[in-house]
Formats: sequence, C-alpha cells, structure tokens
Amino acid sequence: MIVLLVSLSAVFLSYLFDKKKTVAGVKAGLQMFLQVLPSVFSLIWVTGALIYLLPAGVIAHYLGREAGFSGYLLAALLGTISLIPSFIVYPLANVLLKNGVSIQVIAVFLSTLFMVGVPSLPLEARYYGWRTAITRNLVYLVGAIVTGTFISILI
Amino acid sequence: MQKYYSRNRISLFLIAGFTVFTALSYLYDLKPGKEIFATRLLPFGREMIYFLPATFILIGLVDVWVNKEKVEMLIGKGSGLRGNLLVILLAMFQAGPLYTAFPTTYLLWKKGASVRNIFLYLGAFSTIKLPLLIFEVTFLGWKFSLIRNLVTFPMIFVVSFIMEKIIRKQNFKVRDA
Repeated sequence: MIVLLVSLSAVFLSYLFDKKKTVAGVKAGLQMFLQVLPSVFSLIWVTGALIYLLPAGVIAHYLGREAGFSGYLLAALLGTISLIPSFIVYPLANVLLKNGVSIQVIAVFLSTLFMVGVPSLPLEARYYGWRTAITRNLVYLVGAIVTGTFISILI
Repeated sequence: MQKYYSRNRISLFLIAGFTVFTALSYLYDLKPGKEIFATRLLPFGREMIYFLPATFILIGLVDVWVNKEKVEMLIGKGSGLRGNLLVILLAMFQAGPLYTAFPTTYLLWKKGASVRNIFLYLGAFSTIKLPLLIFEVTFLGWKFSLIRNLVTFPMIFVVSFIMEKIIRKQNFKVRDA
C-alpha cells in the first residue's frame, strides 16, 4: 500500500516541477516493468508449482524456523552460488516467506546473494585479477554471513 | 516486439505452457492444475500487478532526477569520511546486478579513488542501492528493510577496511576488461 502512495505522490510532485522529466521517468519505469513482467510472472508460476508438488513440511523442515543452523548454511550456499536480480529476488522472497521459509533464512540468503557472486567471478577477475577477486568474495562472504546472523537475531 | 520476444523467450514459453496446462486442467477437472492456478498463481500474481508498476515508476523517476555525473565529479580524489560517504551515495543511485559495478570502479580508479573507496562502492552497490531498497520495502516490509540496512551499513565499512589491509600487500589495480 505504502509503495502505491509514495509512487503516486512522487509522480504528482515531479509533475509539478517538470512535466517532461516526469513523463520520461514514468515511461522508463513502465518499460522496465514490461521487460521484467514475463520473468516475474513465470517465476511465480514455477515456484508455485514446485511448492505445490513438494510434500507438506519439507520447506519448513529445511528452510523454516525449525531448520536451525543447517537452514542458514543452506541459505548461505544458495545465496553464494546464485545470481538473481533484485526485481526477481524480492517477489520470490515474498512467495517463499508465505510458504514457510523463515525470515531469518531469507535474511542470510539475501545477504550472501548480494555480496558474493561466484557466477560473476571470472568477470570480476578481469578487472581486479584472480587473487583480489577471490579475496574479495571470501571477505564479503564472511561479512554477509555475519550480517545475516545479526539480522536474524534482531528480527 | 521481436526484441521483446527474444529477450523473454524462456519466460514466455513457460507462461504459454502453464496456460495450456491450466486450461486443460479446468477442462478435464484435474485438481493439481486448478489448485496451482487458483491458490499459488492468482494471489501472488495479483500482488505483483498492483505493486510492480508503482515500484518501477518510482525507480524511473529517481533515475531522471538524479544527476550521476555530478556525484561522480564530487568524489574525484576526495578521501576521508566525506569521500567515503559520497562513494556510497554514488553507488546507491545505480541500478543493475553486481557485475555492472565493475566497469564503474575502473572509472573511479582512474579518477583517483582509493582502494577503500573502490570496495565501499562495491559493498554499497551490492547491498543498499535505491532500486533494491524500493523492492525490499514493497515485498518484505519496512521493519525487515530497516534492520537489514542498519546492520549492513557498518558491515560495508568493515569489509572495505579489511580489503584495504589485505590489498596493501598486493599489487592492486583496477584494469579495463
């Protein structure tokens, strides 16, 4: 709800100051929306189907509150090896949350996903060299796990 | 249209496949297909249709109002806390996955940014950029977003300091890939 209000007031304010810029901004935003719509839509459908097919309790067991430390470990591993843009990962997190994945596990997953990127490692090495790229990913991985742990304690 | 199709081919195929599956399920009264559609897709899909356009319009507006070049100029050789904060601010106004940040760090490096600022940029870019925050609040709520940001912000500094210490012994430079 808040996002709708903020977005509407932002458009209104922006329009008062500069009509041209506002039209350009809204247009760019809607174009981005149309670009990602198929990915988000199909993702919801695929995850929905997968969750439906999984026997009840499996998610809660591995990634829910009762999973404990091994749940965090699994989340950190998944976050480290995957590369998912934020416009997809947040709707996905929302779906997972409503299907029994604990918010703590999501916090760890998001932190590692954002800060560490194994798939993009070769590209990173082209800019900083292999040694630095690997060092950065290791240091940020530890940072992400610590961050995730703190968030899960505070929530 | 052609471009749109080729860029989203896999997703569009999946959607088409599921649509056929759902239609058949309703036609022949198959429970799984009907339930997946009614209880898994519809409620979540409705939510996305409400919130995603608003979210993207907000991102589009931020993009037209923020002058990235100006912020970039301010960093120049700025060191110290002011430079650190400016680098973080610059990173916050970017969009895209982490690998799009690497070329920017090359530009920053050429403009004389310090090792710490390079890694601050990467840290802030990956965790607290504005488009990401807008999505976060939309889909996981204010409380989660606030806590994550309060914890992450100091962590960006910690990892950058550690990187600076480690890198000092190596012959570090940012190359143009």
